[in-house]
Parts: sequence; structure tokens; C-alpha cells
Amino acid sequence: MIEALYALVGLVLAIVAAHTFADTAHPRRWTSGAFWLLFALTFLLGGRVPPQAIGVAVIAMALLAGFGGVRGGAHASGDAEARRASAVRLGNRIFLPALAISVVTLVYALLVPGGAFVGLGIGCIVAWLAALLVTRDTPLQSMREARRLIDALGWAAVLPQMLAMLGLVFTAAGVGKAVAAVATAYVDVNSLVVGVLVFALGMALFTIVMGNAFAAFPIMVGGIGVPVLVGVHHADPAVVAAIGMFSGYCGTLVTPMAANFNLVPVALLELEDRYAVIKAQAMTALPLLVCNIILLLVLVHR
Amino acid sequence: MIHGVSLLPLLGIAVIVVGFLLRLNPMLVVLAGALVTGLAAHLDANALLATIGTGFVQTRNLSLVLVLPLAVVALLERHGLRERAQMWIAGFPGATMDRVLIAYLGFRELTAAIGLSSIAGQAQMVRPLLAPLAEGAAATEGIALDDAALARLRAHCAAADNVGLFFGEDIFVAFGAVALMHEIVKSLGYDVAPMRIALWALPTALCAFAIHALRIVLFARRLRRTRA
Repeated sequence: MIEALYALVGLVLAIVAAHTFADTAHPRRWTSGAFWLLFALTFLLGGRVPPQAIGVAVIAMALLAGFGGVRGGAHASGDAEARRASAVRLGNRIFLPALAISVVTLVYALLVPGGAFVGLGIGCIVAWLAALLVTRDTPLQSMREARRLIDALGWAAVLPQMLAMLGLVFTAAGVGKAVAAVATAYVDVNSLVVGVLVFALGMALFTIVMGNAFAAFPIMVGGIGVPVLVGVHHADPAVVAAIGMFSGYCGTLVTPMAANFNLVPVALLELEDRYAVIKAQAMTALPLLVCNIILLLVLVHR
Repeated sequence: MIHGVSLLPLLGIAVIVVGFLLRLNPMLVVLAGALVTGLAAHLDANALLATIGTGFVQTRNLSLVLVLPLAVVALLERHGLRERAQMWIAGFPGATMDRVLIAYLGFRELTAAIGLSSIAGQAQMVRPLLAPLAEGAAATEGIALDDAALARLRAHCAAADNVGLFFGEDIFVAFGAVALMHEIVKSLGYDVAPMRIALWALPTALCAFAIHALRIVLFARRLRRTRA
């Protein structure tokens, strides 16, 4: 089922690519179109062709994007007056398709445990049909509009997958072991306060670097959390695990490596400053990390 | 070398940090980081390409949750979805922008805590609904948003979604992160019930809500002082 949904994503991206190739007013239609076509192919062929072929496609996409080959087309953004009139005419009915995504996802998730992504995909199909019905517009127009938003994202749409890929390369290359070796080599982690500080700050810093607390967790828990905090200081492993992971999440709030949370919304909300979302989150992350350290220190001797 | 562990793979991290600090194109920075890391770890070209390709294919769900909702939202936006959201919120004079953001933060954290983390998100909820609602609430309050203030308000919408999601989902015992924590701690010799891990996520989850809600209130107060 999930493969069929990936094929659907590939189809949408292929249509975006075709529209881009056909857009003669586009300043970079060949390179931009090629970028979206390659992205589409990773969805249509991923798992069916050798992974090396996908690797080559990924490198080509990064080079196309990195050297300015991916630009948006000129889109008739529609007339603000017409949108306002349509909003008045359609009334609150226009919310139904948007909310249908969440409702269908919810129902599916309740019926099929672990089916969140499939549920979301089905929710989007249902919502798309509802949107066509409510707006009485055409599928072709919906694809034009989809291209407008995907164009607005540009290469940022691919960045989350690039960074997740990087995390896996890091793991394969043993980056985690090297970081843990550095973190534990020079400090006396047998002191409780130092141990807690190295553990919590290490989780946060490691997550900032890797973009993912799940990658930091096994290394910091295996390196300090369990041997030192639990083994030497008799902390409750459940406390160490739960609060350690959250210390990592404080890092997630401030790292551009977590692109899907911190950089994609910048593009989605059309913000100038690439780090605007991180700046809005930094002063939540910092006091929260301090809370985690205090909680660890207090709860260790519960 | 420290304790027999090679530090050479850390070169890739240096590439990433320098690249992001210099604000070079992130796609190139990430590619360079992956190539340098792979070469430093003595992966041959074939293995490196395979690792890159496998990693990219394995994480396609990240783009699924972005592309498919956008295809729906885009058409609705053409027909006035954002405008309608602003009109709707204007009907509630008590719905100030900080109340809208805090209500959303609470909604996001609570639903994530009962396992419903995928019912909202940046593409399906924040851009089409939350941002217009917050902007509409600001307008109803009589706050004139210039470009810089509008950008900060929108960034706070994205932040409310992230904070609510992150610090809610670990309370849900069947969430993947709890299973991961359970497995790793177990592999180190301690078999802790997943329920207890989820339970000890509560203190931080409450702190996160309190801290972020307070920051939203302060942010709104500052906007009111300067832009009203």
C-alpha cells in the first residue's frame, strides 16, 4: 500500500516536471524540470533499481540545486479579490477537505495500528476528491496549483530526505562512536553532576550535529547514561531514557539538520530568513534543556 | 585515534558545520558532507553510492507527508482557504493571537500524547490554517503587522507545531521512540517497562508546554506594544 502512495507522489512530481519543461517563460526550465523528474524517478523506481542508481540521481539533484539550476516559474498567483469572493461564496465548506486529511488519517490510525503514513496518504486522496467537489475545479488546475506550492519550496522539498540520508551515512561510517569517544575521553564522568551534564548536553549537541535524537540516543545512553548514571549512581533507567531523549529534542529545535521541522516551514510560510523558525524556538529549547538537567539531578536520587 | 576509535569520520561533521555557518547551499553542503564522511571511513565509490541511494529511498515518507497534502491545500488556497480562515476567526473577538497559538500548542501536544501525531503538520495544518488564523486574530486585535512582524508571527506558528509534537509524542507508549528507548536500554541489561519510560516523559512535557506558552504570551505582548 505504501508503495502505491510513493508511486502517487512520483506521479505528482512527474506532472510538476512536465509542466516545468513545457513552461517556455521559465528561466531555467530544463535544469528545474530535470530536478523534479529525477525526484519523481526516486519515488517511481526506488526499491526497483539498484540503490547505486538512486545514489547517482541524488548526487545529480544536489548539483542541479546547488549551482542554481532549480528556480520557480512565474505563477499567476490569482487575484486576491477573486479569492476573497470565493471564500465568501463557499463559506465554511472550504474547510471540510482540509480537515478531511486529518480525520481520515485519524480513523485509519485507530483501525490499523502503525498505519499513520498510509492513513495520511489515503486522507489526502479523499481530501483531494472532496476539494474538487467543493471548489468545482478541475484536476488539471489542482496540479497547476500544486506546482505553484512545490515550486515555492524548490529544492528545500528534497532537503529532509538528503539530511536523513546523511544521518545514515554518518551511522555507516561510525561517526557516532567517534563522537562518544571524544565526549568521554577527557572528562571525569564518574562525578554525578559532570555525568549528568555530559549526558544531557551530549544528547543535545549530538542531535544538533546528526539532526536526529534517535541517532544520538544509543551512543549517549550506551556511553554514559547506563554505565555511569545507572551503574555508578543508581539512577532509574526509565528516567535516564525519557529525559535523555528529550534533551536530544531540545537540540532538534535548534538545528538546521532537522530540515523537515526547521527549514521546510520557512519555505512553506515564505519567510526571508532561513533560520527564522530556529530563532523562534531557541529560547524555548535552552530553558527546557536546563529543566532536563535539573530533573535528571533531582530524580537520580529519588 | 582515541581508545582505538578513528576520529577521521568527524571530518564530515566539520564540512557540514562550516557549510551551514557560511550559508552555502544546503544541498551541496549535505552532499559534500556525505562524500567526505564516506571517503574518510574508506567506503569505496560503489558502497558510498549504495548507502546514499538506500538512505534516500528509505526516507521517502518524509516527502510523502509534504507533497500529498500540498496538492490538496494548493487548490483550496486558490479558492480562498486562507481568506476564509481569517474571516472565520474574526467572528471570535476573544480569539487573540496568543490564545490561538497556545490553544494549538495544547491541541498538538495532547493529540500527540495519545498517539495522533500525524493528524497535523507543517504542510497540512500550519500553512493553510494555523498561520491564517493567527494572522487573522492579530488583525482582529487591531495589530498592524509589518513584514518583519508577520514573519516572526508565522515562525511562531511553525514553532508551536514542532514544540507540541516533540514533547507530546514520547508520552504515547506505543510511539516508535518509546520502543526504541526500551530496546536500547534492554540491550544494555535493564528491562524497563515502556509504560514507565512514557511516564517519566511527563515532567519535561509539562515544562515544555509552560515555557513555550509563556514565550508566546511575551511575544504577543511585545507585538502589541510596538505595533498596536
